[in-house]
Amino acid sequence: MDVLFDNLDLYGPGFLTTIELFALAAVGSLILGTILAMLRVSPVPVLRAGGTTYVTLFRNTPLTLIFFFFAFAFPLLKIVQIDFFVSAVVALTLYTSAFVCEVVRSGINTVPVGQAEAGRAIGLTFGQILASIVLPQATRSVVPPMVSTMIALIKNTTIASGFSVVEAGAIQSYLSERGYSVMIGLLWVALGFVILVIPMTLLQRSLEKRWSVAR
Amino acid sequence: MRIRTLAAGLMVGALALTACGKEGSPADPGNGNGEGDGGGTQLPTYEVAQDVTVEGSPTFDKIKAAGQPTIGVKQDQPGLGEKDATTGEYNGFDIEIAKLITAKLGFEPDSIEYKPVPSAGREQALINGDVHYYVGTYTINDKRKEQVSFAGPYFVAGQDLLVAKDNTDITGPDALSGKKVCSVSGSTPIQRVREEGMVEPGGEIVELQTYSQCVEQLAQGRVDAVTTDDAILKGYAAQEPDTFRVVGETFSDEPYGVGLPKEDKALRDKVNDILEQALEDGTWQQIYDATLGKSGSTAEKPTIDRY
Repeated sequence: MDVLFDNLDLYGPGFLTTIELFALAAVGSLILGTILAMLRVSPVPVLRAGGTTYVTLFRNTPLTLIFFFFAFAFPLLKIVQIDFFVSAVVALTLYTSAFVCEVVRSGINTVPVGQAEAGRAIGLTFGQILASIVLPQATRSVVPPMVSTMIALIKNTTIASGFSVVEAGAIQSYLSERGYSVMIGLLWVALGFVILVIPMTLLQRSLEKRWSVAR
Repeated sequence: MRIRTLAAGLMVGALALTACGKEGSPADPGNGNGEGDGGGTQLPTYEVAQDVTVEGSPTFDKIKAAGQPTIGVKQDQPGLGEKDATTGEYNGFDIEIAKLITAKLGFEPDSIEYKPVPSAGREQALINGDVHYYVGTYTINDKRKEQVSFAGPYFVAGQDLLVAKDNTDITGPDALSGKKVCSVSGSTPIQRVREEGMVEPGGEIVELQTYSQCVEQLAQGRVDAVTTDDAILKGYAAQEPDTFRVVGETFSDEPYGVGLPKEDKALRDKVNDILEQALEDGTWQQIYDATLGKSGSTAEKPTIDRY
């Protein structure tokens, strides 16, 4: 208990930064990931190839390397100066998007082809079919894997501590320097993450119940 | 158990073989940082003490049972504790202190098993018994004494600033406002800078994983200063004296101690005796001159604090 209460000045802002990183990267990657999934199922070969290249590249690169690139290599290109927090959000978003894309695409694959064909038959465009027929159904079937991806994202935010973003993952090194037991400190960090993840699990349950489709 | 002995035997054999191969090599620098020293300062050799007993020390018994000490060190701090990328050997001031203690405890300095442990893992490594003792820029403070115990100090460092050679406007801690300052995440120096608001207003604190990354940022001009103990900064300045300089206005006292398991008072006393003797007979000075002293700065001898 002492470790937590003596260092509330670490835990409070630390977890706040974690939540900020998570929220921004979650919104960003859900949007970018969905766009990528649309690219990957589009009828235009160039767009499909682009989407596939992106996913292959980012899904196979360790997140730490992506962080490294944005923290150390990107500034050398002298395109635009970004601070470490922004580069952390960008790295997390780009990385998670690849996973979101694959989750959405697997959802799209669960929608029977006949649905799209019927849409085409009544004269809808590709965009209309996707937006009003396929994606709404796809979303329903991907709730559990999507929540898992988001849970992975929230834990991945801890990597930012190595790149000048003081979030929950940085608490441990601060504690050690202040002379507190790192073990107990880490238990509190773990508990903090459990508290952050529980609402997401509850959301998953309720969405699953509400959206369940009889097949 | 037998497999372990066999593996250890094979390893020792392999080491002996590599050592044989190296003996004849023409340009043996002796130690990794031998470049540019005109033979003026040589590392001391340590006489291995015979029949050492440390009454009532569980750690010493463990070392004896293992036949060699496992010592926690830093591997990325030039001049203090650095692993040579080409030879895989460790060298620096802290390493020499570790060797000295090992020899006086009755073990061959060459038999040491070095275990790189980063700052944040030091207490736990000692508590778990992963290392028998730790020598690596380990600042003695009261809070840490609750978890581990310290022999020494064997060196007194102080927080200082490393800046680009041609930078003249950073003269000390008071001239940091509006500047970008880099150090290792969560380290004492960065906590001090943050709590005392040294870079306010308008400055920025950059926290990276290692000091080397900070020094790289400094070289690229993306931060204005790197801050930590002067001993560490001198190591970098000694490597590239044309690029960096240490400001030289220390603003804290960081007594470096040898980290030991908490309850082992017997071993702590023994290590204190060893350090005391080295300070008196000139071995300490010799070690300093051959390592950190190469940066051109002198150091005050510490006074052993027996608590």
